[in-house]
Amino acid sequence: MMKYIMTGLTVTAFLFAALTGRMDALSTAFLEECGGAVQLAITLTGIIALWSGLMRVAQSSGLTEKLAALTAPVLSKLFGGLKRGGKAMQYITLNITANILGLGNASTPFGLAAMREIEAEEHSPDPLAASDNMITLTVMNTASLQLIPTTAAALRLKYGSAEPMEILPCVWISSVCTLAAALICCGICRRAGRRRRL
Amino acid sequence: MLRDMQARRKKAAAVNISDLIIPAMFAGVLLYGIFTKTDVFAEFTEGVKEGLHTVYEVFPSLFCLVVTVAAFRASGGTQLLTELLTPVLGAAGFPPECGELLLLRPFSGSGATAIYEQILKNNGPDSYAGRVASVILGSSETTFYTLSVYFAAVKAKKTRYALAAALLGDLVCAVTSTIAVRALL
Repeated sequence: MMKYIMTGLTVTAFLFAALTGRMDALSTAFLEECGGAVQLAITLTGIIALWSGLMRVAQSSGLTEKLAALTAPVLSKLFGGLKRGGKAMQYITLNITANILGLGNASTPFGLAAMREIEAEEHSPDPLAASDNMITLTVMNTASLQLIPTTAAALRLKYGSAEPMEILPCVWISSVCTLAAALICCGICRRAGRRRRL
Repeated sequence: MLRDMQARRKKAAAVNISDLIIPAMFAGVLLYGIFTKTDVFAEFTEGVKEGLHTVYEVFPSLFCLVVTVAAFRASGGTQLLTELLTPVLGAAGFPPECGELLLLRPFSGSGATAIYEQILKNNGPDSYAGRVASVILGSSETTFYTLSVYFAAVKAKKTRYALAAALLGDLVCAVTSTIAVRALL
């Protein structure tokens, strides 16, 4: 997938730059943004280190197990075949909780740890292919689960909105529909894939 | 005036709660660890080490995505595509001002936020375009960033139906955001 995205973006960028005469800007962007990408990674390293440390404490003290037990009735329906109370389910719980609370920074380290635990638990016959549970978790993270859209609300306030929070019901409706559509699509593909294998 | 103050208070309450969450979590988790006789320092540092390993795994994918998206933006590609899309989107009742936001949102979080600020500045946060942009920003995520980083963590090359499901979600997000703003605000 990534090879098509990368090539597609680069080739269209080249064509657009040729059409609009912005080849110099494109050239500069390549050279400058490689540094920008490293800066982003350094920021991300700090965030991931911070939350991974805390996550590890929560995990080994048994706190995440308790949290996972609370969410198990719902989440075990979405993630079939994973051990109830297993490490993968614990990290999935943390990831989803962090998303709902709007801790976007924390949700990535939790989600990545969950991905690796799913891999360790499932022993897929094809290690290069993403499993159904991995896809479900990733797709959930491409939708927004955040209850309070703090970034949008803060900027609305900054630009003088009379009611920064008036968007809340609309955001909830849109988030739920987005998540439902993505998950239903996953469910259909999951079932279709299983039928093909039988 | 009164309405304005109420709004400010509402906003302040929301921010205060979210400011409280992180410090409370750190204090709470560490304290719980001490009570359950966990070596919290050793576990924390071990977690940091694992975190560094995660960064090492996902960095190459992240790097490629960030650089190519920046190149795409610099080429003027997003503006040109937006211009092409505007008549189609406008006919569907979607505010044309939000076209570029819709295109960039799946690729770049900071880029989308910058465009969102432009929309608020030019149209006002309580305009139709400002509201639709707010709802889109609040109910979507940086799809391609998530896909690339999550699958890089498990070295998955074949991502099967993940992209289709995620993009379907983004499409539904644009449609429902427009409908919800029209119906409710």
